[in-house]
Amino acid sequence: MRILVTGLGTFWGGRVAQALEARDDVEIVIGVDTHEPRMPLERTEFVQTDSSFSILDRIVEATQVDTILHTHLVVDSTQMSGRALHEINVIGTMNLLAAASRPGSPVRRMVVKSSALVYGMSNSDPYVFREDMVRPRTPPTGVERSLVEIEAFLHDFAQDNPHVTVTLLRFANVLGDDVETPISKALRLPVVPEVFGFDPRLQFVHEDDVVGALMYATTDEVPGIYNVAGDGCLPWSEVCTIIGKRRVGLPPLFTNWAAEPLKLLRLVDLPPETLALLRYGRCIDNSRYKRVGFHYEYTTSGTVETFAQGLRLGRSVGETHPTYRYRREVEDFFRHSPAVIRPVPEMAAPLPGTPGATIRGGPPRGTE
Amino acid sequence: MAQRSGTPPPSEPAGDAAPTGDAAPTVLGVAEPPTAESLPAPSRALVPVPAEAAPVAAPEPYAGHRRSDVDGWGRSEHMRGILRRVYDPVYKYWFRAEVEGLEHLPAEGGALLVSNHAGAVPSDAPVIMHAIETETGRAVYGLAENLFRAMPVVGTLWSRVGGVAANPDNAYRLLHDQDQLVLVFPEGTKGTGKHYSQRYQLRRFGRGGFVEIAMRSGVPVVPVAVVGSEEAMPIIWKSPRLAKLLGIPYLPVTANMLVFGPLGVVAPFPAKFRVRVLEPVTFGVPPDQERYSRSQVMEASESIRTRIQVALYEMLRDRRSPWFG
Repeated sequence: MRILVTGLGTFWGGRVAQALEARDDVEIVIGVDTHEPRMPLERTEFVQTDSSFSILDRIVEATQVDTILHTHLVVDSTQMSGRALHEINVIGTMNLLAAASRPGSPVRRMVVKSSALVYGMSNSDPYVFREDMVRPRTPPTGVERSLVEIEAFLHDFAQDNPHVTVTLLRFANVLGDDVETPISKALRLPVVPEVFGFDPRLQFVHEDDVVGALMYATTDEVPGIYNVAGDGCLPWSEVCTIIGKRRVGLPPLFTNWAAEPLKLLRLVDLPPETLALLRYGRCIDNSRYKRVGFHYEYTTSGTVETFAQGLRLGRSVGETHPTYRYRREVEDFFRHSPAVIRPVPEMAAPLPGTPGATIRGGPPRGTE
Repeated sequence: MAQRSGTPPPSEPAGDAAPTGDAAPTVLGVAEPPTAESLPAPSRALVPVPAEAAPVAAPEPYAGHRRSDVDGWGRSEHMRGILRRVYDPVYKYWFRAEVEGLEHLPAEGGALLVSNHAGAVPSDAPVIMHAIETETGRAVYGLAENLFRAMPVVGTLWSRVGGVAANPDNAYRLLHDQDQLVLVFPEGTKGTGKHYSQRYQLRRFGRGGFVEIAMRSGVPVVPVAVVGSEEAMPIIWKSPRLAKLLGIPYLPVTANMLVFGPLGVVAPFPAKFRVRVLEPVTFGVPPDQERYSRSQVMEASESIRTRIQVALYEMLRDRRSPWFG
């Protein structure tokens, strides 16, 4: 497989590229992003682009990738301005789909990481969302609108290109030791915010299951839309009990205004969509992805418990994030310099039906 | 598409992608103990994964420990138990509730209980739920206005004791997937918001959506007639204009407010409650259809409404006093 990963500089892009590198049937991994990778990578080729991926069609044509893994969608609106988010999510995806659907395009598989945000959260919504449910109203926030828009593009793309397997994964809120989300930031605070008088049911997916789900869609043929979330849902109060933290209530009326000064003071980071989630909650039906053979490592409560363990470890030993800085010269040296002796790949006979699929250059392997 | 570069397991024909999908059960099944070579699952690329291909012996996902018994609907049996203990004296000594026809309730499997609805703050829902839960031991989920979900504190407590927002998909999930008893008042706020002079006159049963849900879920409808809720909190005056201004379905002045003062907003009169569970109604249509005949739905809805209305008149004929039964 020749794979293009968009958003290599994001947490998910990096994690997925690491997982792809470890597989022998993945021939090359190319990553594009606006900024440099934050995780050490062995053989992934990194190309820096502008935020709307305008050179993607050249990359696709030059590298003849057969699989595109689109992990670049921004689902956390606190990361950037609404305009930048629109540029990356909507325009970036448009360019990506345009590049993949040009005549003679080599792309045969497209995996997109979306979010359960597309379903929304209001008091008139069902308690559990299935993949086929359509949101009856226009979403109130920009990030939700952009995701809904992208899914519509993707739907058109899948119809126009029946030879491409399109997989759209909608993830529940992610928790894990390494990933930062508004919810995980809230749970790291000394006292956890809640909307007074509300105790919503929330569902989480572990970061390892996110990578697993993306890998499963990349390596197995699973066309369609799938929800990805751990089994079960928990009330917010119970999440806080498992973490071992007290809660403090935000006023139920004018919650966004009340949260504003706290945001300015950088005490909390609660965008409107997260506040709506803390009011009404959201659960998604994860059975469809299980039916096509995906296996989860964690349930929702298992995810929260693992997160709590990570927090306790952090309290004892401090932050343990390894620092890595991408330096192009160093990476280029190890990948391309003739001075570097790379392990010779086992000379497996070229498989029939895949002419020219010899592994060029011999990627270094097994040095994890 | 590149294959695994290692030596393929002997059972797997090299190079051809098609049979590898079938290879998964062999690898994971009991027939052949997995060797170190065959442990990593072979790539099943380009082969649609059949539903049976799910790894059978896969380990259970890490589940952690639950710290509460709140279920997927927000209901907590613990909280419900506390409420049952608190409500029992009200049920027994204030309303002196009596229930008949419980044998019509299915012992297992889902059923949609459909009842008449009355009183500004209706007492019929808690009485029916309490009666069924204490007598049969089965949980009852009560469907109600989405508005409840938007109320701080009240909405949370309401969902802890078995309240669920009345969304067709919620009802389907409860009835079809989880075989639960679900209580619904098809009159909705039109029933509770009516003037005392119209007591025991059933309003329109919505658009028959409850029948469609029961058909789709493949469960019977069990009609329930309740007498007493009209007198427990009669509406003597209401202001549609103010209600519209506040964005609520109705804003009543009840007799309770005149007697009890502000406490009257929540305190019902000690009317005698009688609950009659009627014979279940089945529809003889296959479940999970895309849509159901509108005429059949409306007909069934109307016949259920008539049965409840007839039962109400019957019960009222036998009633000597609203307070002593």
